[in-house]
Amino acid sequence: MPSTSHHPDPGVKRGRGVVVGILLASLLSVVASPATAQNQHSMAGMGDHPRIAIPPGALYTVADVTFLQGMIAHHAQAIHMSRMAARHQANAAVQRLAIKIEQSQVAEINIMQEWLARNGQFVPDTASWHTMQMSGMLTAAELQELDAASAGAFDRTYLTLMIQHHEGALEMVRDLFATAGAAQDVDVSVFANDVVTVQTAEIGAMRQMLSQLADQ
Amino acid sequence: MPNPRSLVALLAPLALLPSLLAAQTYPNAADPRSSLAAGRLDAGVAVKNMRLVSFSPKPAAFDTARGLTFINSDLAFSGHDVYQGNFAGFTVWDVRDPKAPKVLAAVACITSQGDPSVYGNLLFISAEGRANRNDCAKNGVQDPKDHMAGVRIYDVSNPAAPQLITNVQTCKGSHTHTIVPDPRDSSVIYIYVSGSQEARPDSELAGCRNGMDPADTTNSLYRLDVIRVPLAHPEQASVVTGARIFTGLNPAPRAASRPARPANNASGQPAPPPTGPRNCHDVTAYPAMHLLGGACGSYGLLVDISDPLKPVRLDAVSDTNFSLWHTAVFSNDGRSVVFTDEWGGGTGPMCQATSMMEMGGNTILTIDSGRTYTQHGYFKIPSAQTAQENCVSHNGGLIPVPGRDIMVQGWYQGGVSVVDFTDRDHPRELAYFDRGPIDPMPVDTSVHAPRAIGGSWGAYWWNGFIYSSELDRGFDIFELIPSDDLSANEIAAAKLVHLEQYNPQSQPHIEWPAAFPVVRAYLDQLIRGNGLASARTTAIARSLDAAERQRGPARRTSLERLAREVNAEAKNARDPERVTALAAAITGLAGASR
Repeated sequence: MPSTSHHPDPGVKRGRGVVVGILLASLLSVVASPATAQNQHSMAGMGDHPRIAIPPGALYTVADVTFLQGMIAHHAQAIHMSRMAARHQANAAVQRLAIKIEQSQVAEINIMQEWLARNGQFVPDTASWHTMQMSGMLTAAELQELDAASAGAFDRTYLTLMIQHHEGALEMVRDLFATAGAAQDVDVSVFANDVVTVQTAEIGAMRQMLSQLADQ
Repeated sequence: MPNPRSLVALLAPLALLPSLLAAQTYPNAADPRSSLAAGRLDAGVAVKNMRLVSFSPKPAAFDTARGLTFINSDLAFSGHDVYQGNFAGFTVWDVRDPKAPKVLAAVACITSQGDPSVYGNLLFISAEGRANRNDCAKNGVQDPKDHMAGVRIYDVSNPAAPQLITNVQTCKGSHTHTIVPDPRDSSVIYIYVSGSQEARPDSELAGCRNGMDPADTTNSLYRLDVIRVPLAHPEQASVVTGARIFTGLNPAPRAASRPARPANNASGQPAPPPTGPRNCHDVTAYPAMHLLGGACGSYGLLVDISDPLKPVRLDAVSDTNFSLWHTAVFSNDGRSVVFTDEWGGGTGPMCQATSMMEMGGNTILTIDSGRTYTQHGYFKIPSAQTAQENCVSHNGGLIPVPGRDIMVQGWYQGGVSVVDFTDRDHPRELAYFDRGPIDPMPVDTSVHAPRAIGGSWGAYWWNGFIYSSELDRGFDIFELIPSDDLSANEIAAAKLVHLEQYNPQSQPHIEWPAAFPVVRAYLDQLIRGNGLASARTTAIARSLDAAERQRGPARRTSLERLAREVNAEAKNARDPERVTALAAAITGLAGASR
C-alpha cells in the first residue's frame, strides 16, 4: 500500500512525444540547479524564445502564447521554492502546502506545455525560470534569502515570498485578460481562470497560516 | 451578515485533522481501476455493482477533439429528455429507451462552459468564455459588444428545435448557475449566477465595477448576480440584485511583522484586491429547506434563502485539505452536506497513487440545529489512476434510497462512483464504473499530445437510471445491480421516485410513495446492520409477504397490526430510529391499501 509520504515523481508519464522527455529531464534538473542563474529579463523580452507566429484563423494571440510560456517559468520557480520546504524542516502545515503547490503546478505545467506543443509554439522547459523574470518571481537575492533561512525562519519567509509569487501570477492573468482579443481560446481561458481561483484561495490560506505563525 | 463563528470555524479544522485523515481510504494499485488499457471507445473497463446500459458517442458536430473546445459539460433532465451541455453548444437526448438514446437536437453555439438547467419549457445555459458571442458564432469576439457572458435562455417547448430567447449579460459571466424558485410567486424563478472571473469593464457592460469593499453595493465583484425570470415573459429576464454572501468574510489578516510588498510592476497599478472569496464555483439550492450550500473559493458556506433576493449567510468553514470548494450535495433530510474539492481544476491528474490523499475528494459537513456546520469524514476514490487521466472529485447527486444517504458522482477519468455517506465519519464506496485513459492518438493527431482530457463531468440518478456526461467520449447510461451493500429492494424503492424535471444544483426534496419496496428497503437495512433481532426481521418479512397476497381492507388490517408491533419494538432495537421509520412506512402502506 502506498504510504502518505510525498515523493511524487512528476516525470513518470507513459505518454508519447518529445514534451514528456523534456519535462522529465528539466523537472529533475530543477532540484539540482543552482538558484543563482537568474537574469533580469522582463516579460517583454523573454530571453531567446523564437519569434511567435500565429497561424491564420487561430483564435489565440501572441499574448496567449507569451502568457503560457511565462507561466511555465513562473510555476517552475514556485516548484523550486516548494521543494526547499522539507529540507528546511518547515512546519507540517507549510510542508503540506508546499507539496500541494508542487503537485498542482507540475500538473499545470503539463497542461501549458501540451497546449504550446499542440499549437506548434515554442515549449519552455522547467529550467526556464533561470532565464525569465515574470511578475512576482523571486530575484536571486530573494531566493538566497529563502534558501538561507534558518529552520525557524523558513516558514515565514516561504509564505511571504509565495504570496508575492502568487500575486504575481494573478497579475499575469490580469494583464492577459486586459489584452484585446486575448484568452479567447477556451483552453487558455479555462486555465487562466483556474490560476486565479486556485491561487486566490491559496493566498487566503497562506495569509491565514502567516497570522497563525505570528500568534506563536 | 458577519458571523463571529466564522473565524472559529476557520481555525477548527486544523485541530481536527489527524482523526479526519484516519477515515480516508488510500489508493490501491490492486483496485481493478488502477490498470486499465488505454483507448478511446475501446478502453479497458472496470465495473462494480452497476452495468452500462448504453453508450452514445457525441453528435458529429461536437466530435472533434481539440483541447477543451468541444468537451461535454453538465446535465439537466426534463420529461423524457436529457440536456447535455458542451463548450460548443448542447445536445438534447431522448432517453425514452435508455438502451438506445436518440439525439433530438445538437445545437451549435460556442458557450463555455455550457452548464444547463431546465425549468418548464425554458433551458438556461451558462456562458463564461471570452469567445462566446451573442450570435453563437465561432470566430471569437473582435468587438466587445458581441461578447456574451451570462446566461442564455432557450425555449425548449419543442426539444427537437430549441429557440434562443435572450442572452442575459452579467458582469462576471456565468461559470455555473442555480435555479431558485420564488417561494411565494410560482410565476417567477431566480437564477443565482456563479462567475469565476472579475467583472468586465464598464465600457463593455454598463454598471460593472471591480471594487475592494465586499459590502459596497456598487461593487460587482463580491456578489452572486441574481437574475429574475418572469416565466410568462422570459425575454424580460434581467439581473435584479447581487447576493452579497461574502460580506464580512474577510481573508485572514496579513502578518503584522512584515507588510505586504507593493505590486511588483513599475506601472503604478493599484494593489490587488483582497483575497477573501468573491465568487462561488457552484451553489446548490435546497429550496424545500430554504438553504443554499455555497462552494466558494476556500470556503464552504451555508446560506438561508428564505427570501431569495436577500440571502443570509449562516456559516462558513474552511479547511486546508480543500483546494477549491466546488459543489455541494445535501442529504435529503438536510442534516448534512457533501462538498467536493476540484483540486487541479478538472484537467489535472490528481488521483494518482502519489497524489495527496487529502486533496481533491469529498468532505461531509453536518448541519446542526443552530444551522452551523461541523466537519466530518473525507472520501476520495481508492483507485490509483494514471498520469494520463485528469481526475478529481466532481459533480453528482443523490440516489433516492430511503433510510440511507447515497450519492453518485463523476470523477472525470476516475470514472463514476457511488458513495454511501450515511455514516458521516466513514463514507464508503458501493459501486463504480471506470474506463482506461483516453488514448490521445485517435483523438488528437498531434504527436505532441501525451494525453487527452475526458471522463465523467457529472453523474446523476434520474428516474431509475444513472446518466453520465463524458467530456470527450459522449453520453453513458447505467443501472445499479443489487449487491450485499445495496439490495434489490433498496434499488426498487429508489426507482419509485419520479422527478418530472431535475436540476442537480437545485436539489429536489425526495418523498417515497407508500409501496412494498420502500418498506422492504428499511427491513433490508435492519438486517444488514443488525438493527433488529434476526428472528423479528424474519417474522416481519413473512408478514409483509402475507399482506402483499391480501387485497383491500384485509391487507390494510394486517399492515396496521404489523405497524403497531414494529413500533412497539423500536425502543428495544439496536437501531430504533430505523425501526420507527420501518413502522411509519408500513403505516403509510396500510393507508394506501383500500
